[in-house]
Amino acid sequence: MVRIRGVSRRFRGGHYGVRGVTLDVERGETLVIMGPSGSGKSTFLRCVNGLETLDEGEIIIDGMRVDHRTTDWNKIREEVGMVFQGFHLFPNRTALMNLVLPQRVVRHRPAAEADRNARMLLERVGLGGKESRFPAELSGGEKQRVAIARALAMEPEVLLLDEPTSALDPEMRGEVLAVLRDLAGTCTMLVVTHEMSFACNVATRIWVFDEGRLVEDGPPSQVTGNPRSDRARAFFRAVR
Amino acid sequence: MYTWHWDQVPQYFPLIGAATLRTLQVSVVSIVFGTLLGAVAGLMRVQPFRPARFLAASYVELLRNIPLMLVLYLIYFGLGAFLPISPFWASVVGLSVFEGAYVAEIVRAGIQSVDRGQMEAARSLGMSWLQSMRHVIVPQAVRRSLPPLTGQFVSLVKDSSLASLVSYEELMLVGRQINSRIFSPFEVFLTIGGIYFAICLTLSLLSRWQEARLQGP
Repeated sequence: MVRIRGVSRRFRGGHYGVRGVTLDVERGETLVIMGPSGSGKSTFLRCVNGLETLDEGEIIIDGMRVDHRTTDWNKIREEVGMVFQGFHLFPNRTALMNLVLPQRVVRHRPAAEADRNARMLLERVGLGGKESRFPAELSGGEKQRVAIARALAMEPEVLLLDEPTSALDPEMRGEVLAVLRDLAGTCTMLVVTHEMSFACNVATRIWVFDEGRLVEDGPPSQVTGNPRSDRARAFFRAVR
Repeated sequence: MYTWHWDQVPQYFPLIGAATLRTLQVSVVSIVFGTLLGAVAGLMRVQPFRPARFLAASYVELLRNIPLMLVLYLIYFGLGAFLPISPFWASVVGLSVFEGAYVAEIVRAGIQSVDRGQMEAARSLGMSWLQSMRHVIVPQAVRRSLPPLTGQFVSLVKDSSLASLVSYEELMLVGRQINSRIFSPFEVFLTIGGIYFAICLTLSLLSRWQEARLQGP
């Protein structure tokens, strides 16, 4: 589904954000990416949909090769949805229109179909009845659920989630994680998060990043219970 | 002691009325063209293609750092020597090109004031740069740009008085003509000042009303 080969991303000054990461993701997997702040998790995620340019390596998504010169990023991004820590809902549009707009513009769906789709998805993330609210009138958890529904409206092959619960207080985290738990298995997800219980219960695999490198890759029980690297062992001891 | 001669003014009302219309004409047409030009230049300044960015920046810097009067002279007396250009169109071109540079800065600032995440979110949903601009960024930028834009339009109305220097018969020029006949500068120019004030105030109120209307949550 997603093949990642030797991907590196350097920042100004030459230090690496992501360093020689090679990985494969199977269809329907829920991958949780963990690691200390500044370890390159978010940068890596942003590489996958081209918000960051690759300095080395290549990414192949569903057979489409991603390298910077020749790739039609718009095409890739249609297949790769993204949910941000800061939601980034369109503040001047209602929850419903946040879902309708991209369907109309990118997928060219007729208004009625986009509308029906949007209502169904809002219902699915537990926001039935809040269609006409503006983002400013929603709580953080509700905003993030709208953002998830908006990404799903495009029916992406892969969904990237960059710390989707980090900006939320504990109560709201639960509602967002519940939505993600329901989603698990139905689409391929790459989730950067610090939520240990989510990682242990929902992830098919956990990756641990440290200083731009991938230091662990395995099922939750092995990675969290018996990590191979000292760095990961220290990390899990600290977050537990 | 100054002797007031307000009674001398009313006979010129038809003349002043016609001049007011011409001031409005040149202002409105210049606002339209200046805004279009400014919008294009402003967008060029934020798009990813460097040469176009440089071109737009050069235009803005050049026009912002020379006097409007000089621009008008260049067009009317300079260009006018080669191709026939009426005072009206010389004024429109001069004002539009000049004000366009300021509008470009307002447009650029408006677009850049929209959170970067908005563009990233739009692009992540598969929208192209142009689609993201059109459907996501610009609608948010317009709302924020409205107050400074009105300020610029008010400036343009006042700047249109310089069209008198290229013999376009707008308010200022007609005012001077009337004054040279009746030698009552206060009466004549206060009258004309009142008209400018009324036009500009109306413009400001109009934008405030529109701003309130656009102020969704």
